[in-house]
Amino acid sequence: MVQAEFDADEPRWSDAAEAPAAGRRLAVAEALRALLPADCVLSGDNELRPYECDGLSVFRQQPMLVVLPRTEAELRAVLVECSRLGVPVVARGAGTGLSGGAMPHASGVLLSLARFDRILEINAPARIARVQPGVRNLAVSEAAAAHGLFYAPDPSSQIACSIGGNVAENSGGVHCLKYGLTLHNVLGVRGCTIDGEPIELGGRTLDAPGLDLLALCVGSEGLLLIVTEVILKLLPKPELAQVVMASFDDVGKAGEAVAAIIAAGIIPSGLEMMDRKAAVAVEPFVHAGYDLSAAAILLAESDGTPDEVNEEVAAMERVLQAAGATAITVSRSEAERLRFWSGRKNAFPAAGRISPDYYCMDGTIPRKSLGQMLKAIEQMERKYGLQCMNVFHAGDGNLHPLILFDANCEGAWERADRFGADILELCVQLGGTITGEHGVGVEKLNSMCVQFSPAERAAFFAVKRAFDPPGLLNPGKAIPTLARCAEYGRMHVRQGRLAHPDLPRF
Amino acid sequence: MDRSDSVLQELRGRVIEANAAKTPLRLRGAGTKDFYGEHCEGTLLDMRGYCGVVDYEPSELVITARCGTSLSEVDGLLARHQQFLAFEPPSFAADPTIGGIIACGLSGPRRSQAGGARDFVLGAVLLSADGQLLHFGGKVIKNVAGFDVARLLCGSLGILGAITEVSLKVMPLPRAEQTLRFEMTAAAALESFNRWACQPLPISASGWCNGQAWLRLSGAPSALHAARTRLGGELIDAALAEHWWRSLRDQTHVFFREASPLWRLSLPSTAAPLAGAGTQLIEWGGALRWCTGDAPAAELRALATAAGGSALQWRGGAAGQRFHPLSPTVLAIHRRLKERFDPHRIFNPGRLIADL
Repeated sequence: MVQAEFDADEPRWSDAAEAPAAGRRLAVAEALRALLPADCVLSGDNELRPYECDGLSVFRQQPMLVVLPRTEAELRAVLVECSRLGVPVVARGAGTGLSGGAMPHASGVLLSLARFDRILEINAPARIARVQPGVRNLAVSEAAAAHGLFYAPDPSSQIACSIGGNVAENSGGVHCLKYGLTLHNVLGVRGCTIDGEPIELGGRTLDAPGLDLLALCVGSEGLLLIVTEVILKLLPKPELAQVVMASFDDVGKAGEAVAAIIAAGIIPSGLEMMDRKAAVAVEPFVHAGYDLSAAAILLAESDGTPDEVNEEVAAMERVLQAAGATAITVSRSEAERLRFWSGRKNAFPAAGRISPDYYCMDGTIPRKSLGQMLKAIEQMERKYGLQCMNVFHAGDGNLHPLILFDANCEGAWERADRFGADILELCVQLGGTITGEHGVGVEKLNSMCVQFSPAERAAFFAVKRAFDPPGLLNPGKAIPTLARCAEYGRMHVRQGRLAHPDLPRF
Repeated sequence: MDRSDSVLQELRGRVIEANAAKTPLRLRGAGTKDFYGEHCEGTLLDMRGYCGVVDYEPSELVITARCGTSLSEVDGLLARHQQFLAFEPPSFAADPTIGGIIACGLSGPRRSQAGGARDFVLGAVLLSADGQLLHFGGKVIKNVAGFDVARLLCGSLGILGAITEVSLKVMPLPRAEQTLRFEMTAAAALESFNRWACQPLPISASGWCNGQAWLRLSGAPSALHAARTRLGGELIDAALAEHWWRSLRDQTHVFFREASPLWRLSLPSTAAPLAGAGTQLIEWGGALRWCTGDAPAAELRALATAAGGSALQWRGGAAGQRFHPLSPTVLAIHRRLKERFDPHRIFNPGRLIADL
């Protein structure tokens, strides 16, 4: 039976903390040093420490080794050797990920692609950029700007995050309602399988023969292959963009306004929402001129030809007015437009300013449930005794609640973690998903048990095995094992049976 | 239990039975694309009975429909809310099912601007070889939980299992559309299409055939007006334009009716005009080239490969060799996926790749 076939696919290396056998580090380091220039293999404690975690620093693990190849030939040699020796390989781009997807494996090699940092080609007539995975997201649009072109996906971390990481996570950004996710803007990838074989998926064309393995690889969190080149789609830069900023005295009304804009047949190039806590946190930081008396602020962007933008902005103003906006401002210059956005894009650093630690969630829900979700989050704030500020990619229904906590407070992280898991479970109940753009990584493994059945998770392992038969690429991430879900299920039941479950217990 | 539940149970029963007996099934919706892909043997499993729109809320921009739902039903429902399937799935002059549309993954003239079928798939339910219903993706636009198996199924020609339900992103209908026509050679059309695509113009489709380039503009009336002023060309009567784009989408255009053998070349849009490839029709801003004539298959494949693309024998030619060959590494992954999802090869064996 298929199920039995699938079960056999559960991986060997699912525990990232599993320490290497004695002498293993030295042996593997020696084997790799024989293949690579001396500065490509790091093995000293001080050299390994900076790689312990990605952007989600609560999950840490020192890798056995760090390898930094420069060329595809060197990368292939590393993979061939790791396959031969049975060493797990965890790829890392800029390390800005927010789900622990690039957290190292104690018995594995942390493969940094930081040196694959060249833009290989900007082909203006073909509207294509061919880049190495270590190239920063923003660098692509900067290089394309001279040709009047840009690369659409713009995650908030775009000044630092890498294209390779964007491909691994299928990153979005504030403009994906109109321009799509990374998936929609990647035409092809070149990479290597775990046994060092070069592989090309997609290309410079709009489709390719066979199954759509490219779609499978985008968002695969480094579990299927190592990407060495990416062909990106570039778009002509719109002549004009303007942002409408609207205040609401009630978050529910703001949520309804989002639905009303879409229902009016408008696809804004960006449609974002912030609650009061988020606006109050960012305003002293960016001086965007946010209305701090508003319960929620909506930012809706229109782009296109000047006439088109005028029409669309006017239409959006009418809809927002009818939806009960208490104030509406339209950006009058490019500088002002960027200032309106700056607060939204700086919500995370702002959270870091007002709280020692914060924990960012990433669920997606149907837009119509935004109001219900916000009310539920308010109740959870009381339940867990923690504050939460909310920024949303409202047009996509993608939420980024930022749970504020102090890791030095006894039990605070555990409360934040439970708070987050509660939000994600509600996302699933509302018909949404536990992650819209940050990925599962190690962080949301338990929540995957809630969203997917054992048979569905088994199918994911089957996909992994089809690409990576020995199961060495980023093991233990993205898909929880049956055993882990069984354990999570038991814990859940126990917690559900506690008397007075609403009493704070931490 | 309502009727659709019992239909689904019956489909599951048929699959479980076939899997136990290791007898192949030939999955089929309305049969509008029977000609597409390789021939496959198997007992017919008609998916049309499991039909109906499950969920549609215009403000969510998502529609969920059972596999047997007809395109005309979906189109009609969406049109009542000024929305549509932006990848313009071909109907080939009949009424295909949503399941068949996604299993084949074909897209119409709007492909190069709006995206293809795969770009609009948000979720799918797969009836697996052991009769389980597996849910992948979902009903929301942003979703990165688990591998994107829903999109893998798009264009899989049913070889991994039966798609029973899909959720698709929908878009608002453009407020206005206009079509312009230009007298020009294929080479000039390719140059123009690529040049125009570099500018912020509201182009939603382009095509060239028989010395004429056609260009469709979609969007706000003011944007269309500005673009027309910039581009020139002859403004085509709306009904004629509608008919022309439909004839490309559904291949009722005289070019397609007469062409045999017919080749579909997927190329970089900037690839040079094909020399010696017979009569041609160009779509998708140059990224899709149809050609007919007697050039040997090996020659066309080599031509497509050299240009960085692939060639598919759409009609005619030798059985088992219609699709462009895959690299050994990619083929090995296909093989392992098939082995795991469908170990007894009961789903459309050979339809996508001869021995899978």
